[in-house]
Amino acid sequence: MASLKDMRDRIGSVKATQKITKAMQMVAAAKLRRAQDAATGARPYAERMAAVIANLAAGVSGADAPRLLAGTGSEQRHLIVVATADRGLAGGFNSGIVRAARDRINTLLREGREVRIVAVGKKARDPLRRLFGTRVVESFDLSATKTLSLEAAQPVADLILREFDEGRADVVTLFYSRFRSVISQVPSARQLIPAVVEAGARPVDLNGAVYTYEPDEQSILETLLPRNVAIQILSALYENAAGEQSARMQAMDNATRNAGELIGDLTLLYNRQRQARITTELIEIIAGSEAI
Amino acid sequence: MAKLRFSLVAPERELYAGEVDQVIAPGSQGQFGVLAGHAPFMTTLQEGEVIVLDGAKRRVFGIRGGFADVTGEGLTILAEHATEATIQ
Repeated sequence: MASLKDMRDRIGSVKATQKITKAMQMVAAAKLRRAQDAATGARPYAERMAAVIANLAAGVSGADAPRLLAGTGSEQRHLIVVATADRGLAGGFNSGIVRAARDRINTLLREGREVRIVAVGKKARDPLRRLFGTRVVESFDLSATKTLSLEAAQPVADLILREFDEGRADVVTLFYSRFRSVISQVPSARQLIPAVVEAGARPVDLNGAVYTYEPDEQSILETLLPRNVAIQILSALYENAAGEQSARMQAMDNATRNAGELIGDLTLLYNRQRQARITTELIEIIAGSEAI
Repeated sequence: MAKLRFSLVAPERELYAGEVDQVIAPGSQGQFGVLAGHAPFMTTLQEGEVIVLDGAKRRVFGIRGGFADVTGEGLTILAEHATEATIQ
């Protein structure tokens, strides 16, 4: 049985851990606000972009359609982009995204497809390397990026577009975590190439007037589609950032509560043991005095 | 005079949203002005200034990349980079 001193030390160490988790929870809560504002602030752009592309895509059809929209006509080569956080201690946040990606990759491999993987974030790179080795062709580390902006997403987009243009990928899918609410983040997949035209995008009311395009529909669409890849990645990164903080906040809240329970249990045990020892000592003294 | 509904959006956030008299923007085929009731029109943009005129007020934004979309509802400018120029 542990001595009383061991137990005191144990309680002390749990208390110290609780202080850390409590602090981490509060830091995450503060960061969450900022990340959430950024995520909501980024939404109008992505939404307008999707609407405009849907609009343009309706007018361009058949053989004229850019390859980013129509695809290469094959579905053999897949590029899977997995975006996670750079840091752990966020509950199942990172592993959820990796698991979703892993399941998809395994399905594709069983179907005999070629799969190449791009990892964005340290927590995507390490497990994916372990699982798929050299299939991970490139990884990005965003831990040095303080505030997310288009500059952070651009290198990822450039790589994807290069892979596509040079014929190493037919389909590009992005895995990230959709930020549904503070208590719910859903690992999700989003197809980047060929571009998915949202059915829900509202057609712009023209009042019967003819739309004028400068330079022309085709060229506008051709400039927009590559940009859209970067925007989609950026919006996924924003959602991830907000999701990461809320997942960490929740995980640390749980940890703090567990530590509290543990401290309660240990203190009870400690007091009981102390009481037992005092009782034994008293019995010994009384027994001793009676014997005399 | 009828007002034009205008919004200027950058990837990170919305910089301007509201009703204005006129907006002048740097289209890739030349600068253009938009008033309320403009015909539907879409163009890519080049680096330059977006000037927002509303009554006596005048605000200038520097933008780079992006496009403008004029619909029956108003004008939306999606700029890849945008910052407000400080007024002298």
